[in-house]
Amino acid sequence: MVQKNEKAGEPLWQLRLYIAGKTDKSALALSNIEKYCSAHLDNNYSIEVIDLLKSPHLAEEDQIFAIPTLVRKGPLPVKKIIGDLSNETKVLAGLEIMPLPNQQKNE
Amino acid sequence: MKKTNDRLKAKPAPLSKTPTGIEGLDEITDGGLPTGRPTLVCGSAGCGKTLMAVQFLIKGITDYNEPGIFMTFEESAEDLTKNVASLGYDLKKLIADKKLRVDHVKVERSEIEESGEYNLEGLFIRLEHAINSIGAKRVVLDTIESLFGGLDNTVILRSEIRRLFHWLKNKGVTTIITGERGESSLTRQGLEEYVSDCVILLDFRVIDQISTRRLRIVKYRGSTHGTNEYPFLIDESGISVLPITSLRLEHKVSDKIVSTGIPGLDKLFKKGGYYQGSSILISGTAGTAKTTLASYFTQETCKNKGRVLYFAFEESPNQLIRNMKSVGIDLRTYIDKGLLQIHSSRPTLHGLEMHLLSLHKLIRDFKPQCVVIDPISNMISIGTISEVRAMLVRLIDLLKINNITALFTSLTQQNVSSTNELTEESVSSLVDTWITVRDVEGIGERNRGLYILKSRGMAHSNQVREFILTDKGLKFLDFETGPDGILLGSARKKYQLDTFADNLKKKQALQKRDREILRKKKILEANILAMRTEYESVEEELHKLETEERGLQLKTKKTLDSQPVKAVKKKKN
Repeated sequence: MVQKNEKAGEPLWQLRLYIAGKTDKSALALSNIEKYCSAHLDNNYSIEVIDLLKSPHLAEEDQIFAIPTLVRKGPLPVKKIIGDLSNETKVLAGLEIMPLPNQQKNE
Repeated sequence: MKKTNDRLKAKPAPLSKTPTGIEGLDEITDGGLPTGRPTLVCGSAGCGKTLMAVQFLIKGITDYNEPGIFMTFEESAEDLTKNVASLGYDLKKLIADKKLRVDHVKVERSEIEESGEYNLEGLFIRLEHAINSIGAKRVVLDTIESLFGGLDNTVILRSEIRRLFHWLKNKGVTTIITGERGESSLTRQGLEEYVSDCVILLDFRVIDQISTRRLRIVKYRGSTHGTNEYPFLIDESGISVLPITSLRLEHKVSDKIVSTGIPGLDKLFKKGGYYQGSSILISGTAGTAKTTLASYFTQETCKNKGRVLYFAFEESPNQLIRNMKSVGIDLRTYIDKGLLQIHSSRPTLHGLEMHLLSLHKLIRDFKPQCVVIDPISNMISIGTISEVRAMLVRLIDLLKINNITALFTSLTQQNVSSTNELTEESVSSLVDTWITVRDVEGIGERNRGLYILKSRGMAHSNQVREFILTDKGLKFLDFETGPDGILLGSARKKYQLDTFADNLKKKQALQKRDREILRKKKILEANILAMRTEYESVEEELHKLETEERGLQLKTKKTLDSQPVKAVKKKKN
């Protein structure tokens, strides 16, 4: 598990959601991640939504190819989850908020 | 090329093409890749897909002023820059000039989780942004199939890639998509199903430890194209598909005659030599002076201020010069004058295509009037007969287009059953003039005989001519026809001696007869003299008798009457 050494003023979990216009999938992804965060991260998080249609140069800079993409900017290392984030277990495991059930068993 | 364009123009809606700038490829594709459409370049690892794509972009920038985007899914921009720097391309400068953009799409499986539905809109946005920022006309996706390695949802990927190709088509950019060769299909993920306009297959084969790269256009919708496998090369100047074989035979021909360099040989051709720009084959068994004949032609061409490119696959230049000096040909002077270049290498140095390329480049740079390849037969050590033949076809085409006289020598096996199969089957139809030199063995000696097997467009002698090599050079001997045909070597000498003896005998016989006649004449003359003498004595006798008779009559006159005396007087008158 990730240790919670909080820096001054900044939330530990810095998430970015890349979307391209307001599509159903983007809206679904946003509502999903907000739901998971509020349930698991005790307000110690930030979610930034970036619309690539408005700032296309960020797609190359941040290595985005799929839409929607959720990026965990912090804590490091960077993690990416693509899709509408409908599978909660997978998302939580991908963000390393919570390991997958079978991994828990192994531990 | 021009013809092709004309023909295309005649059609109602010509397919517009974007030249790749890759030597040879534009000829095969009749002008280039389909403009504004995606082209799939597929092949196994290391066959030059990326290089071809890079060259397409760079040539587009440098030769046609069309900026390009290189979207790589495999190498990073730095690696790519380094890799192509060895080929003399400076990507950094082009990027700085805003002519080129390299975008590395990192698909790292360990970093990425998939959860639910998604699309590749991000890729589209990246591409669109890149295209718009520099006004790109050309795009390369290298290798988009890497996405399948990084992502699990192949259903989404397939539909998105299909959508991407459509999008690129609508964008009107000419695209090269590279794909790894699959087991049963052209690409691992069957990309060829989505790219329906143009598919180019690259291949890299190693046969007998010599590698050959080949290229084939699998399909090209709406355009004629060469359908063969074309060998191509990667060297310090990138890819070249070589040689530029025309799809047709329509080179101009020359009526000019060039001398063979040997007066005796010239005489065997009705027009006194070879046609300029024709291809000549001198075949023969070992040690039959093929190289010497080739050198004579070289010397003759150089004498007439023509340039000659001599490829020696058996001898080093110095050895060739030394050996030819022994028959009175001084090649050194022509080298010094810059009229002759001798290139020596072992055929196994590199594959046929590499040889062809080096030939091609040298021909282009040196612009010779004549090219000598000595010999073509040991090319067989680096390829099969059909490959050698294919190479020679292309080489001869190249030379003919440039009106260069080509002289090949070929070693044939000392075999009773006609000539060797390489010469027989593969080259014979390609060459215009075919001279065979051969050993004629018999009565304990070998003699060199030469005859012309064929000479297109020219009457020629059908005789086997003997020649000898002397310090002063190659000498054609007058031919001798004996009772059993043409005579060579000591048979000829024997015949000459026999003839001499015969002549002497005849002469002596003649003299003998003359003498006989003279003798007979003398005898006759003597006889005549004797007879005349005899006659004279008879006459004298007669005279004497007459005189005596007259004396008798005078006596009787005195005794008889005068009448009979008168009668005697009358008789006397």
